[in-house]
Amino acid sequence: MTPTNTSLAETTQTGAAPLAAGFADPVHDAQGCFRAVMNAMARPATRQLIPAGGLKPPAPLTPVAAAIALTLIDYDTPVWLDKPLMSSEAVKQFLRFHTGAPIVSEPVEAAFALVSAPESMIPLASFNQGSLEYPDRSTTVILLGQTFSAGPAVMLEGPGIKDTALLTTGPVPPVFWDQVIANNRQFPRGIDLIFAGASEAAALPRSTRITPQEA
Amino acid sequence: MNDTAQIYDQGEYNFAYLDEQTKRMIRRAILKGIAIPGYQVPFASREMPMPYGWGTGGVQVTAAILGQDDCLKMIDQGSDDTTNAVSLRGFFEKTAGIRTTYETSEATVIQTRHRIPEKPLTEDQVLVFQVPIPEPLRFLEPRETETRKMHALEDYGLMHVKLYEDIAKNGHIATTYAYPVKVNDRYVMDPSPTPKFDNPKIDRMAALQLYGAGREKRIYAIPPYTKVKSLDFEDYPFEVQTFDKPCGLCGAENVYLDEVILDDKGGRMFVCSDSDHCEERRADGHLGPMAASPEAGQFGGQNAQETAR
Amino acid sequence: MYVAVKGGEKAIRNAHKLTAKRRRGDTSVPALTLDQIAEQLSHSVARVMGEGSLYDEGLAALAIKQARGDLIEAAFLMRAYRTTLPRFGYSLAVDTGAMLVERRVSATYKDLPGGQVLGPTFDYSHRLLDFALAAEDDGTEPEVETAEPRETAMPRVTDLLGDEGLMEPDPVTDEDTPVGDLTREPLSFPADRDLRLQNLARGDEGFLLALAYSTQRGYGRTHPFAGEIRYGEVEVEFFAEELGFAVTLGTIKVTECQMVNQFKGSAKAAPTFTRGYGLVFGQVERKAMSMAMVDRSLRWQELGEEQTAPAQDVEFVLSHSDNIQATGFVEHLKLPHYVDFQAELGLVRQMRAEWFEKRRQEEEETEAGSAAQEAAE
Repeated sequence: MTPTNTSLAETTQTGAAPLAAGFADPVHDAQGCFRAVMNAMARPATRQLIPAGGLKPPAPLTPVAAAIALTLIDYDTPVWLDKPLMSSEAVKQFLRFHTGAPIVSEPVEAAFALVSAPESMIPLASFNQGSLEYPDRSTTVILLGQTFSAGPAVMLEGPGIKDTALLTTGPVPPVFWDQVIANNRQFPRGIDLIFAGASEAAALPRSTRITPQEA
Repeated sequence: MNDTAQIYDQGEYNFAYLDEQTKRMIRRAILKGIAIPGYQVPFASREMPMPYGWGTGGVQVTAAILGQDDCLKMIDQGSDDTTNAVSLRGFFEKTAGIRTTYETSEATVIQTRHRIPEKPLTEDQVLVFQVPIPEPLRFLEPRETETRKMHALEDYGLMHVKLYEDIAKNGHIATTYAYPVKVNDRYVMDPSPTPKFDNPKIDRMAALQLYGAGREKRIYAIPPYTKVKSLDFEDYPFEVQTFDKPCGLCGAENVYLDEVILDDKGGRMFVCSDSDHCEERRADGHLGPMAASPEAGQFGGQNAQETAR
Repeated sequence: MYVAVKGGEKAIRNAHKLTAKRRRGDTSVPALTLDQIAEQLSHSVARVMGEGSLYDEGLAALAIKQARGDLIEAAFLMRAYRTTLPRFGYSLAVDTGAMLVERRVSATYKDLPGGQVLGPTFDYSHRLLDFALAAEDDGTEPEVETAEPRETAMPRVTDLLGDEGLMEPDPVTDEDTPVGDLTREPLSFPADRDLRLQNLARGDEGFLLALAYSTQRGYGRTHPFAGEIRYGEVEVEFFAEELGFAVTLGTIKVTECQMVNQFKGSAKAAPTFTRGYGLVFGQVERKAMSMAMVDRSLRWQELGEEQTAPAQDVEFVLSHSDNIQATGFVEHLKLPHYVDFQAELGLVRQMRAEWFEKRRQEEEETEAGSAAQEAAE
């Protein structure tokens, strides 16, 4: 049985730390954020402004990542957190209260994964890749703290891209782009990536073909 | 308090009717659809206050993406003024209070049934299709358990056999609407029952295309600039419908026309199916033969067989 | 000059006004009250609650009134309302063994603990129009005998059989695999029995009736006996997390049918009786029985039987049982299809032209051939 947010509110409010607020305007903030994420996914390499609705989530969760989480995650979507996020009670409390999502310890069980320390992230292959019959049942991985000027550029081709496009984002681990290339090769299976920056987000669906550029 | 309870406290329906949990579920399906172009994502389609088959899929997709600043165009058969387009537009005016328009270029979201506007769409627009039967293989194999395997294995032999049998029997492919396409060289997809005339428009379209099938509980998508190929054979290449005459009202050529019966003696005329396109052209001073004189563009009953194609 | 058709908006508005007028009918006749519908058309109300998948007699009565007695339309109104309701959780499974029984019949035992209770039923009535009903109702209550409340429990027939090992046991509840809910997750195949039963419970009475009937006529025979049909009130309980115990939310009336079917046994399982299960809101015995029969038919794979008939075809049955979906799609053919029809018009004209051309050529060839033959002769 799924507990309602009402009962959660009662239990969490007895806790010590005050809980950071969610969207000021849940309906329209979530809609604005979704359209930005949708455009990012539909147009890989473009950067979309994420209206974070004045969110001040507990670190290391960031406002943009929190906005995306509140927009897409709920009690139907198990969430996996990387170590720094997982070890923050405040982060878990924030996500549980505002989304009701079950937090899972196995990346393969996750519908969404939040990665706050991307440079040391686990391999993309650890997440749920979906099946050939149900490729939609895969994990969407959200990388936090991205800067869109750092790191080597990669060239993108595929759906959503007119000819080719360049994406520069980081930090990511050194083997990251090889993993993304391998991810694309198993299309239609594979994970989808969202890069959450300080105010913007970009996305890389599994359908995008990647060519690393010389630095 | 959860979203829905909040809505009920306010004593009315949520913005764009759907509750927030439902919107999230649909939004997730839309993202998956975009990431896997042409793949039909199952989603927990809700019962809507209009019947299944009357646009519930398109309405759910539109409701999930629509924001306060959007401007919505709603068309059915290419026209803003057909009964169900009027009804669905009214639904969003009532539940979302957003701006609506008849003008293709003014709209940010266009929901359609059976047509794609003649005017090329832009990157800033989203085209939402109402889909009755999302499965392109359905009439070759009605079982979802089987068609799912075929999509998984990219086994589209059955479809090619069907098209080839058409050619063997008729000398050409006898499919005129819902003409199957292959998206991004991977999934065979039903472009919804648009006439095949519109198929070239969905290839590398600048706008994002979202397809919603409410009764069948599927959402799929074609991202902008995605390669969409209408299935054909080297010696029998894909062709669209052509019309002998221009639009009777605005004189447009190379557009899709509706045949209008004028009397019981075989009198008929052809007019633009895209009513906004037609009006805009007439406002710009283009006049078709029927607009000038009722008899000029009308072809009589005896010649009726020559009129189409 | 020809003007493109306009005025959809006005036409719709006027059509709705006319519908409202027709719904009310002759205003010299008093309007129906919801109480009248709920009290006097209780079978209609029950059907609308079941197929509308929402237990509320008052709303069902309103839906029937609004739909002018069109029960599928009424069920649709209920579904569309239901989907907007906040969802606080799932109730516990109702205990039909603890039902406050108003009617209970078994076709398999002459007598049994708790006895046979005929209760309110059309059974054994002579279907003669009762012209007395046509006269004004004077409000006197029909006379009924009252009996003392039963002291003894009324165990379900299937539980009695189970004690002897003759009946397959109830499926074991597994806390870790929650019961599916096809209003939250789209139906996918293969569908387990929980989803199948949910689908059938919401399904169209007529569709299930026809399928059940087809199994009796040999299209996938299941040898059913009406082990038990019971109708009455059950409590609905909800486990409140914050209280730590279950609270009763209220009572609902349901009809439960357990069909007892023969099973020859297999290499793995000894011969035993198996069952089909039906449970519906209100007193809708025809649907409960049909549902139980179809449920049993759909279990062919699990029981190692052969699939030969439509009623056994899980995907076929579950995909077509929902009358809200079915009526929507059938009736959508009323919507404009000018564009597709235009495309088909073009194609049929082309194919006709090709057909005539081909025939003309063939005739020419034949003529030429016979002319050549004549010339040769």
